[in-house]
Amino acid sequence: MPEISPSASALEITGLTKRFGEKLAVDSVALTVPRGSFFGLVGPNGAGKTTTLSMATGLLRPDAGSVSVHGLDVWSNLVEAKRRIGVLSDGVRLFDRLTGLQLITYAGLLSGMERSVVAERAADLLDLFDLDSMSGTLVVDYSAGMTKKVALACALIHAPQLLVLDEPFESVDPVSGANIRDILHGFVESGGTVIVSSHAMDLVQRMCDHVAVIAEGRVLASGTTDEVRGSSTLEDRFVELVGGRRHGKGPEWLRIS
Amino acid sequence: MYGLAMLLLAVVGLLFLSAASADLGRTVTVLGGAVLVLGWTFLPLLSSGIDETVEPSKLATFPIPVRTLLLALAISGVLGVPGIITTLAALATSLVWWYTPAIAVVAVICAIIGALTCIVSSRMLTALTVRVSSGRRAREAKTVLVLIPLLLLGPAILAVATLFREFRSLLPIISDVTAWTPFGAIWAVPGDLATGRPGLAALHALVGIATLVASTAVWRWALDRALERPAASTATRGARRGLGWFAVFSGTPTGAVAARSLTYWARDPRYAQSLISVPLVPAIVFFYTGASGDLSGLLLVGPIVAVLLGMSIYTDVSYDNTAFSLHLQTAVSGRADRWGRVIAVSVFAVPTTIILTVASVWISDSGDRLVGMLGISLGLLITGLALSSLVSGRFAFSVPAPGENPFKARPGGGFTLMLSMFASWTALAVLALPEMVIALVGFATFNEALGWVALAVALVLSSVFLIIGVRVGGRMLDTRGPELLAQLQRQK
Repeated sequence: MPEISPSASALEITGLTKRFGEKLAVDSVALTVPRGSFFGLVGPNGAGKTTTLSMATGLLRPDAGSVSVHGLDVWSNLVEAKRRIGVLSDGVRLFDRLTGLQLITYAGLLSGMERSVVAERAADLLDLFDLDSMSGTLVVDYSAGMTKKVALACALIHAPQLLVLDEPFESVDPVSGANIRDILHGFVESGGTVIVSSHAMDLVQRMCDHVAVIAEGRVLASGTTDEVRGSSTLEDRFVELVGGRRHGKGPEWLRIS
Repeated sequence: MYGLAMLLLAVVGLLFLSAASADLGRTVTVLGGAVLVLGWTFLPLLSSGIDETVEPSKLATFPIPVRTLLLALAISGVLGVPGIITTLAALATSLVWWYTPAIAVVAVICAIIGALTCIVSSRMLTALTVRVSSGRRAREAKTVLVLIPLLLLGPAILAVATLFREFRSLLPIISDVTAWTPFGAIWAVPGDLATGRPGLAALHALVGIATLVASTAVWRWALDRALERPAASTATRGARRGLGWFAVFSGTPTGAVAARSLTYWARDPRYAQSLISVPLVPAIVFFYTGASGDLSGLLLVGPIVAVLLGMSIYTDVSYDNTAFSLHLQTAVSGRADRWGRVIAVSVFAVPTTIILTVASVWISDSGDRLVGMLGISLGLLITGLALSSLVSGRFAFSVPAPGENPFKARPGGGFTLMLSMFASWTALAVLALPEMVIALVGFATFNEALGWVALAVALVLSSVFLIIGVRVGGRMLDTRGPELLAQLQRQK
């Protein structure tokens, strides 16, 4: 059984590369996510965030490079590594013909947990995310925010040590968002690590103590939030790094007066 | 193509009618026309899932005045392929009276009114039922129900032909009655004139025109209402459903996969589509064999259903679509995934196959073939499951996505699926050959003992295949899971 070295970072990525036909989606990315940190991964659309995270969690095979979780190489120990990681993927479907309760239970049972433990934790999660009243409804009838929450619950049920969340706050209302942030902060304080990918710069700046900026498959900056943003806000720094900012007032025909 | 062929047949038939008596001509055109109107009105209720571009609920957000919309929808109906064919067929009815030009002209006018009535009344009913038929559940139910008439088409045509033959004397009476109904009236006018009843013709014409006017009025009203109140989303009241199958199966990953699969068999309309052929196959086979008198053809029911059910999980992972990522991220073993799906199907497939085989043997009174037939059917079923477990672990096929309209055209893919299914059925036949040969030899030589041998061989051999299929399929999932997910994401 591979040993977990206590000083290893939560996630260590080196030279990760992925090519889709002509396009180089991820170009030799290197990242270090310290244990017990709240790590933000930011970048424009199509930057390669989702691709990078999929490769890091064992869902997409890299063309080159290595990923290790707590010192354990992911791709040679898939089962063990996945046990330690909780994943919220973006742009994938859920088994939405199940009810909320059934879906969370399914995720728990698939992870190999005891039925009674799964039942207990599922009830806790449903309560935590205010999904109690909707637990008997099919997920296909959920709103976008509820769907995100139930997917997040599925990521948490097996009590992972590292959470990799792709756009966890998209479509989530502010109250639920605040509740989720509290849960995540509590998790980090107890020693867990959270990696969040998001567009919401203000949120990332407030929530995360470490951040990395990715664009066009390359890491443009990484380190603690304060290091990366320097003297301006994260949003400004991000726009500066990434470019693409236009200054204009819109077309003539859209003006009212 | 299909429509043109039908049109050609109709024109030829109508030309022949012109040589027959006026009475017969009248009978046929009235009944034919009435069926046309009824078909236009009610068939779209089942198939409106197929073409959603002119659904009133979809058009609700556009600022189009009702009158413009009415005209546009009517024209689109007329100019669509079914519309053109109907119009041409209707105009062709005037061919029945071509030797009396005056009547022919009247027939043309009535035909145009008739064709318009078809289109208007069909749009009318669609607009009226918008509320009911656009909820998620109704839409999904339709995609399943529409398969029933499609599958029964063959027997239906046979039945109609038989009816025609046997009840020929009743037809004139039926057509007289139909001539007074809104959907039959306008078609009767030329026939009335030809049989020398102008007064009757005038009355029928009145009914026909009134029908068109009334339908248009109702349609306009319904469209108005439909546009003002776009269909609401499905009710979100949460019926207390509990764990369902998850509480029944064991708390292991295999049990969980089985529970989830079975839940989907019950709740996903795409799976229901595979299942709907199961009760219909015995009906169809019964129909065809009954027509020929020799019921031993019924014995085919068991094996046919066994093959259908055995191959039903062929595209199981493809149906999961990207939700399969949950299996990947929880590191479910490939074997647990395979066994779970097989167990779920077996829960209803094994009893169904056995029951249908026994029933078919009993009804066709071939009790001495029971054991052999069971051997063939069960062998085919379990070997089919084995093959499916192998293939679905490696390939993702182009299938309707969850919640998607199953008749929506999918780019490419469908051909690959058909080709691979063909190859698999061939492989299935080869793998199940031992028990089939033994059983058939037993039937031919009236040797019941061979039936038992066939059964034993079937059970042992197919179980071995199943274990191999599950193991190899499982191993492929373990090693190539991410690749499969990538394929599924491309299909999305």
